Amino acid sequence: MIRIGDAPGVRRLLIGVALVLTALFLLLPLVAIFAQALMGGIDLYWQNLSDRYTLAAIGLTLLVTLLTVPINLVFGVFLAWLVTRFSFPGRRLLQTLIDIPFAVSPVVAGLVYLLLYGRNGWLGGWLDSYDIQIMFAWPGIVLVTIFVTCPFVARELIPLMQAQGAREEEAAVTLGASGWTIFRRVTLPKIRHALLYGAILTNARAVGEFGAVSVVAGAIRGQTNTLPLQVEQLYQDYNTVGAFTSASLLALLALLTLAAKAALEWRAARRESLA
Amino acid sequence: MSIRISQIDKTYGHKGSGRTRALAPIDLDIRDGELIGLLGPSGSGKTTLLRIVAGLEQADGGTIHFGEREVTQVHVRERRIGFVFQHYALFRHMSVFENVAFGLRALPRRQRPSNGEIRTRVMQLLEMVRLAAFAERYPAQLSGGQQQRVALARALALKPDVLLLDEPFGALDAKVRQELRRWLRHLHEELGFTSLFVTHDQEEALELSDRVVVMSNGRVEQIATPDTLYREPANRFVFEFLGDVNRLEGDVAEGRLTCGNASVSVPGVEPGRRELLLRPHEVHLAERSIPAAHLPVTVASIVPVGAEVRLELEADWLEEPWLASVSHAEFERLGIARGRRLFALPSRLHGFDAAGAQNVALPVG
Repeated sequence: MIRIGDAPGVRRLLIGVALVLTALFLLLPLVAIFAQALMGGIDLYWQNLSDRYTLAAIGLTLLVTLLTVPINLVFGVFLAWLVTRFSFPGRRLLQTLIDIPFAVSPVVAGLVYLLLYGRNGWLGGWLDSYDIQIMFAWPGIVLVTIFVTCPFVARELIPLMQAQGAREEEAAVTLGASGWTIFRRVTLPKIRHALLYGAILTNARAVGEFGAVSVVAGAIRGQTNTLPLQVEQLYQDYNTVGAFTSASLLALLALLTLAAKAALEWRAARRESLA
Repeated sequence: MSIRISQIDKTYGHKGSGRTRALAPIDLDIRDGELIGLLGPSGSGKTTLLRIVAGLEQADGGTIHFGEREVTQVHVRERRIGFVFQHYALFRHMSVFENVAFGLRALPRRQRPSNGEIRTRVMQLLEMVRLAAFAERYPAQLSGGQQQRVALARALALKPDVLLLDEPFGALDAKVRQELRRWLRHLHEELGFTSLFVTHDQEEALELSDRVVVMSNGRVEQIATPDTLYREPANRFVFEFLGDVNRLEGDVAEGRLTCGNASVSVPGVEPGRRELLLRPHEVHLAERSIPAAHLPVTVASIVPVGAEVRLELEADWLEEPWLASVSHAEFERLGIARGRRLFALPSRLHGFDAAGAQNVALPVG
């Protein structure tokens, strides 16, 4: 009996198709980015990179990421802890609500924030009277980025913590450990890998977020342009090489993320085979 | 340390949705140094009771005292209990040594022993559970029985007043279970702690406990020594839960129960429709009936296991077959084979009704 796809011809065909598609859709664009960025030679690449506005965009992107990742780490752990360790009315609803940022288009998210925090918005007007500006400034960018990336950590942790159960924590508390000790010495080591993985995903998305940020940033060159916005603006200015130079930075970050993810998975697989 | 449980009750579920009563108000007095088994089918509330004593769950009402100290509102952290879980619940990312040391390291700085003292104490405990050579291993590298011994050492590290065990041997295979039981009994006698363990295994409860608490549907059915429990069950539930049961149903008139062509004398039993029960070892067999009992049966199957031969007996006056256990000597003397017709002679019959238990002894030699 031949299982489906077991015939050598079929197998070769399937592998061939997969390879061609991967090359066409994934590899080629990646190569194209670097080819375009380096079209004018390495000198022009450096010149584009050290452009005042590009440097500002890099700085802003770093700032946004540095704020978003830790905030969402804490928030994600808190949420996963709440959902998996306690039973309360509305627990299921909360679990569904976590997914809203994934379900909703980032542009819509941006618009909602604009509505809330804009100068004529519900909260924005009140904040404005204290001279606090959220929209068209970095706090707005951080806010929408947090919104868009907040499910990543919780989504990684919830299934894991559900599977692991609370027995070890219960054992720890019967041994007299305080809440903080239990978290630090029992819970954290168990979820370490998932947490790191969640952070990597959050980081990747925070760096690359375009839709929501473009709505709330207002595209003020050198002030509220993150790297993805900078790419778009340079391209609209017919500065193709400049656009691709910035894009190559994003691509490089993406590759680093993938490498980190692969390394983590490899380590997890190795630990499993040892245990 | 004695444990006094009074009027503890618990109901699960939110208001509105289905509420289930896990524990009806329960009273239980455990003496210092006793080993008590909580026995019951799943859903009988035994684990809930244990977790309430531990402080892992909160009772709706009632009080718990450890000795003279009331602990009802005391946090589990401060109750000074040791708890052993069915699935060990060892810290999987810590070595065996660190698992046992956890409680000592978690002590507040002022009470915490020095590293050297911790080392001595942990090695002493591992010596006691005969796992000193495994100190640097991780839980996943140990067998189930070894993991449970580590869990025990960990629970005993802080010298708890009370040791609580939730189905401690439930996840282990029969042989290891037997070994660990004997070992726990030994440890209990040596260290003299008071312990309370949960099990659904009658044999385990009867073998290990000083007294057994039989529970069903959130209520205590009987508290007694294993011996009393087996010989004088308080009610039908206890009788049926503690072992195999044969049923005999018939009409009682003038001290004799009749059922089809079978009849047996039951002095002292009230007239009317009655159901009487008996254990397999209370069924004797003979080639002739006696005046007190005329119960013709046919041997339907034979299972020779261990010290006894188990027989299944059929008769047209029986709704379901009886089980009987006879000695090998008896088996040979009667020349028992499948299809052989014999007479059953009950040595005891047990009747249960709302008024209580009634045991009828019959003169069978």
